[in-house]
Amino acid sequence: MPTVSVKRDLLFHALGRTYTDEEFDELCFEFGLELDEITSEKDIISREQGDTKAEGASDVILYKIDVPANRYDLLCLEGLVRGLQVFKQKMEAPRYRRVSPVSSEPQRLVITEETTAVRPHAVAAVLRNITFTQERYDSFIELQEKLHQNVCRKRTLVAIGTHDLDTISGPFTYTAKPPGDIRFKPLNQAKEYTAQELMSLYKTDSHLRHYLHIIEDKPVYPVIYDSNGIVLSMPPIINGDHSKISLNTKNVFIECTATDLTKAKIVLDMMVTMFFQATELAYRKETLSADFINRKVGISESTEHIAQLLTKMCLRSEVMSDGEQIEVEIPPTRSDVIHACDIMEDAAMAYGFNNIPRTTPRTYTVANQLPLNKLSELLRQDLAAAGFTEALTFALCSQEDIADKLLKNISETRACHISNPKTAEFQVARTTLLSGLLKTVAANRKMPLPLRLFEISDVVLKDETKDVGARNNRRLCAVYYNKSPGFEVIHGLMDRVMQLLEVKPGQGNGYHIQAADDSTFFPGRCAEIFARGKSIGRLGVLHPDVINRFELTMPCSALDIDIEPFM
Amino acid sequence: FSPAQETLLQRVEKVDGGLDSQDVATSLGVDHQAIVGAVKSLQALGDVISAEQRSSKHWELTGEGCEIAEQGSHEARVVSSIPKEGMPQSQLMKLAFGKVGFSKAMSNKWIRLDKGHEGGPRIFKTVERLEDLVRDKLLLVQKGQASQLEEKEKNELKKRKLLSEVTVKSYWITKGSCFSTTITKQETELTPEMIASGSWKEKKFKPYNFEAMGVAPDCGHLHPLMKVRTQFRQIFLEMGFTEMPTNNFIESSFWNFDSLFQPQQHPARDQHDTFFLSDPAQAHEFPQDYLERVRKVHSEGGFGSQGYKYDWKIEEAQKNILRTHTTAVSARMLYKLAQQEKFTPVKYFSIDRVFRNETLDATHLAEFHQIEGVVADYGLTLGDLMGILHQFFNKLGITKLRFKPAYNPYTEPSMEVFSYHEGTVLNNGFLRCRSELTI
Repeated sequence: MPTVSVKRDLLFHALGRTYTDEEFDELCFEFGLELDEITSEKDIISREQGDTKAEGASDVILYKIDVPANRYDLLCLEGLVRGLQVFKQKMEAPRYRRVSPVSSEPQRLVITEETTAVRPHAVAAVLRNITFTQERYDSFIELQEKLHQNVCRKRTLVAIGTHDLDTISGPFTYTAKPPGDIRFKPLNQAKEYTAQELMSLYKTDSHLRHYLHIIEDKPVYPVIYDSNGIVLSMPPIINGDHSKISLNTKNVFIECTATDLTKAKIVLDMMVTMFFQATELAYRKETLSADFINRKVGISESTEHIAQLLTKMCLRSEVMSDGEQIEVEIPPTRSDVIHACDIMEDAAMAYGFNNIPRTTPRTYTVANQLPLNKLSELLRQDLAAAGFTEALTFALCSQEDIADKLLKNISETRACHISNPKTAEFQVARTTLLSGLLKTVAANRKMPLPLRLFEISDVVLKDETKDVGARNNRRLCAVYYNKSPGFEVIHGLMDRVMQLLEVKPGQGNGYHIQAADDSTFFPGRCAEIFARGKSIGRLGVLHPDVINRFELTMPCSALDIDIEPFM
Repeated sequence: FSPAQETLLQRVEKVDGGLDSQDVATSLGVDHQAIVGAVKSLQALGDVISAEQRSSKHWELTGEGCEIAEQGSHEARVVSSIPKEGMPQSQLMKLAFGKVGFSKAMSNKWIRLDKGHEGGPRIFKTVERLEDLVRDKLLLVQKGQASQLEEKEKNELKKRKLLSEVTVKSYWITKGSCFSTTITKQETELTPEMIASGSWKEKKFKPYNFEAMGVAPDCGHLHPLMKVRTQFRQIFLEMGFTEMPTNNFIESSFWNFDSLFQPQQHPARDQHDTFFLSDPAQAHEFPQDYLERVRKVHSEGGFGSQGYKYDWKIEEAQKNILRTHTTAVSARMLYKLAQQEKFTPVKYFSIDRVFRNETLDATHLAEFHQIEGVVADYGLTLGDLMGILHQFFNKLGITKLRFKPAYNPYTEPSMEVFSYHEGTVLNNGFLRCRSELTI
């Protein structure tokens, strides 16, 4: 959830009243926002860098508000205020109209073919007769940053450039050129640089270096020129200094270059509608019936009332002539509305989720347990009754955990490997529960002996017959850790499990064990378990090397079986 | 029963108030520890005696002090070792007690030093008889009469390391409520022989200590989180929900994301948030017609939706991941349901592990359990969804709930549930649930 930081007093001033913190929290709750934190610049610096650094920082109260990820129209103070005012029916949703410039033709942005190699799309708009106060200016810059971080996916999908229209002249050209051929004075620099020089210059810039990779290795870099050859910007990196916006700027040229055209349009709409009521953009219309809303939500409101509810959410609605249908107008600020169910949700929000009567559906169903889970639940209870304690261990682990530490080769394990682990602890999905249990024992070495642990859970194995190429396997694993290995204890546990599974000892239809060689176990102290003719697992005394590698000191015996054959 | 115990009891009987164990030890001429042992074993028999612990301070001779008490102080010995004609200083200094004794004897004026004597400095006695006060004092202490000395004197001797103050623990012994000079042993437990012979009727039994804890049973335990899981599972079953098969941690991006309408460039599909597999890297089987429909909705829209309008790529959908939610399984189940000849209403649930590739901290792990419920039927409403949640939480004893609008790419409407108690909103950590309603 993106967080917007607004000055509380400015917010209240724009909303036309003050709220207590609780009242505002309540308002946020109804609207689907969350007042995450009440702080000040001073508090923030104090927390991050210590009290001395915070001296002299601003005490002005800031509200940090969490905003739903798909509401780009709520990412700045102006947007929030607008949303809340319309919600509280304090104002009508603004109408956005496009106007033609008084004295001339509309501006043109020409896109050339070269851009397809690197950043193919661009859209642009002009805003006239703006007045910037310091607050508005800051808000304007911050909205660009917010949009860059969120919907623009850190400038990879879309990059926004804003320019003082009076310092440049159209028509504008968006093209792409080899880096050596681009030369201009970038924002806040004293001299001109080529694009290559800028790439090295910004490598150490804490903010811009994260965006260099987007175009760095391309044969051509995007660049926007005006009719006099002045560079407006080199997206997505930096604007030119020449056309920079100041508090005196009256007319703004906004360009959005992108790899995703739909997103570019959404972003441009946001930039334009947030501050200025002076452009027309596409309004969409949907028609639906009051009945649809009533049925889906579970309320029964009149058509007129529903139209009112939707209007509260900036979706201006009117009852149509048949008295049943409602025509809903979706403004450009609501790019999150893409289906009738979105409209239905807004109606429900305006009604108030907590006002909707809670009913029980008449769906009659008989529940069924998944047999594998039913079996696991029964076994768990009985293993605990047998004196063993349940552990819950991670499904992801390092390669060593399932191979080297168990004196096995990783290639024998049929393990599934993770391609992007953040640490070695997430290299593979476990193929055995034994490693997790031994790590649990190691973490509990100080507890009184003997330690008796078990786990009944899934491991992951490669399986070409499955559509994804892997499957889970439900296994039961137990360990006994004490001054003496306790093979007879683990053996006794296994006998008990077989008894619970109603498998009698004996060949044929029963179970039996026979000596086996397994590198994880102490030679001569390992057996394979057969039930109904199939091998289901092993038990034995662990090899001293295994004990060492798991940083344990006492002898240990273990049982590891597959319980899926017993369903 | 030891003679010490019997004698002690007799003594206590005779005396009006009580006895100090140290005194008893001294008068009997036994080690104090023997008396302490007797006291303890008498105590074990019940309330025969009561013994109050006391401590007192008491002066004792140090090793050196004992030596002096025996042989006389260094200075006295110096004097007695000097013959009528005197002794060269150098010779005196060679004696063990010479150095210390010399300076003390000099300050006592028991000797004099003739520095200019021929043959070297020579020491002569100045007195014939002397009072070895130091030795006398030490003897007094040894005899137990330290009280006769003044504090100042005792401290001085302490400074010379001839005396030390020792804390002595003793017991003040008085008659207990069940005092008797005959010691009868109390039984601790009933035995089968006593039951058989009936001899328990004549025996006295030691009282139980009801303040102590019992013996903890040596049992196994279930994991707390799994117990919670069992509880939730039970609630779902009671509400008629059938368990879904979620025993597949590895899922394709198609079922985990695409079929749930999560666009391919969505941040959650990032390397940062999701675990991708290098082996097996791709899924290779999909229901083809369904895949086509999914592709269409993403890129062009459909079913009343405008879609996301981008180029949908099958390579993205084929990528295998560790599932980020069990909703992937729900998607599979709903697809199966849609393949049925005749639609039947269903209620499904699952509680199983999901994975996310995030930086770990105190409250975030890479693996956790997700609880999922799905209801599919005609005519379901938002009110029904909230009703089900209400009943679910009711069974957990949580009755006060509030619902808040939220955002989720594949559910609309979406809400977060908060439980509260008398005005305070409880931490909605594990209670933050996404509610899915298929209408």
